[in-house]
Amino acid sequence: MMGNSSDKAATGADNGRLASLTTWIDDRFPMTALWKSQVSEYYAPKNMNFWYYFGSLALVVLVIQILSGIFLTMSYKPSAAEAFNSVEYIMRDVEWGWLIRYIHSTGASAFFIVVYLHMFRALLYGSYQKPRELLWIFGMLIYFALMAEAFMGYLLPWGNMSYWGAQVIVSLFGAIPAVGDSLTEWIRGDFYISDVTLNRFFALHVIAIPFALVFLVIAHLMALHEVGSNNPDGVEIKKVKGPDGIPLDGIAFHPYYTVKDMVGLGVFLILFSMVVFFAPTMGGYFLEYANFEPANALQTPPHIAPVWYFTPFYAILRAVPSKGIGAALMGIAVVLFVFLPWLDRGKVRSIRYRGPLFKFFLFSFAISFVALGYLGLQPATAGVTLASRVFTVVYFAFFLLMPWYTSIDKTKPVPTRVTYHAH
Amino acid sequence: MRIEHKKKILAIVATLVALPGVSFAAGGAQNLEKAKNDIHNQASLQRGAKNFVNYCLGCHTAKYVRYNRVAADIGLTEQQMVDNLLFSGESPHSTMLNGMDPAEAKQWFGVMPPDLSLIARSKGTDYVYTFLKSFYADPAKGTGVNNLALPGTAMPHVLWELQGTQEAVWEGHTDSQGNVQKHFKEFTLANPGKLTPEQYDEFVRDTVNFLDYIGEPVQAKRQSMGFVVIAFLVFFTLLAYALKKEYWKDVK
Repeated sequence: MMGNSSDKAATGADNGRLASLTTWIDDRFPMTALWKSQVSEYYAPKNMNFWYYFGSLALVVLVIQILSGIFLTMSYKPSAAEAFNSVEYIMRDVEWGWLIRYIHSTGASAFFIVVYLHMFRALLYGSYQKPRELLWIFGMLIYFALMAEAFMGYLLPWGNMSYWGAQVIVSLFGAIPAVGDSLTEWIRGDFYISDVTLNRFFALHVIAIPFALVFLVIAHLMALHEVGSNNPDGVEIKKVKGPDGIPLDGIAFHPYYTVKDMVGLGVFLILFSMVVFFAPTMGGYFLEYANFEPANALQTPPHIAPVWYFTPFYAILRAVPSKGIGAALMGIAVVLFVFLPWLDRGKVRSIRYRGPLFKFFLFSFAISFVALGYLGLQPATAGVTLASRVFTVVYFAFFLLMPWYTSIDKTKPVPTRVTYHAH
Repeated sequence: MRIEHKKKILAIVATLVALPGVSFAAGGAQNLEKAKNDIHNQASLQRGAKNFVNYCLGCHTAKYVRYNRVAADIGLTEQQMVDNLLFSGESPHSTMLNGMDPAEAKQWFGVMPPDLSLIARSKGTDYVYTFLKSFYADPAKGTGVNNLALPGTAMPHVLWELQGTQEAVWEGHTDSQGNVQKHFKEFTLANPGKLTPEQYDEFVRDTVNFLDYIGEPVQAKRQSMGFVVIAFLVFFTLLAYALKKEYWKDVK
């Protein structure tokens, strides 16, 4: 009894001290206000489904990459003479170095997997439509920064595939008329991929682009919390509010979505660990076998292909006989996403209420994206080139015909409230 | 015209269907034999280490691999390592280097023999296994041998006294242009070596096993750790799911 009551007294005193600390901070910094507005009193639609895990997962992967990256830089040496050796040093001699390196290399691929699924969610439910255009554009800028980050990071191990992959991709800038060659030289800082290139890619990979990424992620989240989350019905939950001003279909992000995302995180980490511990090279797709040989300017790997997350665009590049037009099409294929809010003339957001035309084009687009990704990994035979051309046309049709098929499509009536069945 | 069209469509379909089956090609056109090595087999790793030190290390290095790490991983004491595998008088903390002068190596072989630390990772264990079994007599070559897995290789058949001398049997057919195309048919053992073919396979398998291990020394530990990590994560996920269900009871 005695012990019990004194425990209680102690807890009460602790709470008192904690509360006064909170007040002290709140008088100087909007800690509680931020927590409320962004987390505990941010109302998200209650019907968010499987597709809504990937935003928070992308944030988790960003943190994983930054943390594992910090530890890698402690032992990595960004020099042409030492880079490859230092990676092997990390793999063999640095305590837990192998784990940190595999987490980082798996994280790179995981980042693209969750981001591609996150983007596909936006296509399914029209999350880019008004008023979420800026949210979508920030997201696309994150994607572009991520591509630059991944590309430059891939040079750092200074393996032979790093070297030749960078050589191929940097030389694409040579296709730009007039300034191409000098631009390529400017990017490399040399006449070929060299120590200078490695050093600047390191600087950009560990400082410049991560900074940009974090800034863009904050902007993305601020825009999201300004307009509110979309949902699988594409219904604007803010239109129907209760007497307390809270959307009737909204639930507090914390605790409801924090606990739900924890389940998603658990499943994600299980899959992630399966790769890290049992298949870190993922059969040559996450870490390419040719990259276990040091960079050799005199010997190309038997088959040069970018890492899988770039191959849909690489396949588009190779589908065109002219390097200039191919490179331009590849660039356009990436950038077209930005214009989706204006290409889409649909009156509804969600695939649930879209007509058959949109469903058909979205489905063919998804297939063509995966198919191009596969084709980009293969050596360019006649069959592969032909198939790449077919799928390139399908890919572009999704975007370029969108104003047409979304405006004539037969849509279904959208309910005023979200569909949700309690379970 | 229509048939050609059909063929093209078939080619596309075939390419797509083959998606999961296509692996990254490495080395020659020859079908690779499966190495079937097992990095958890310490006896095999110990024999492989002995083979490597006796037959490979004279010319090749394993410059990322430390002797004492190898000893600890394959179940030897440091003293056993020093007594049996460390011939160069180096410290057990040093990496596996040799005394070959690169300039002389170039004179002897035309190229510096590559470092083997990562050979099993970059080329694959099946490739190395097949390579070591694919030397055959070729009087046209300076070394007297050629290799089916790496035609024109500068490497002499270091293991000839163990394997004996193989000869390649070729088949020919005349193609539509009237040229004779040569296909490899099989190897025949012209002079037997000290080992029977089965013993030689085991010898090569042990050596490849060691190369597989040094390619990624942490491999075995990584896999055993994986089970523990995943078991924890499954527990965590179940707990999180129970918590989620509890909270979401309120959501109507």
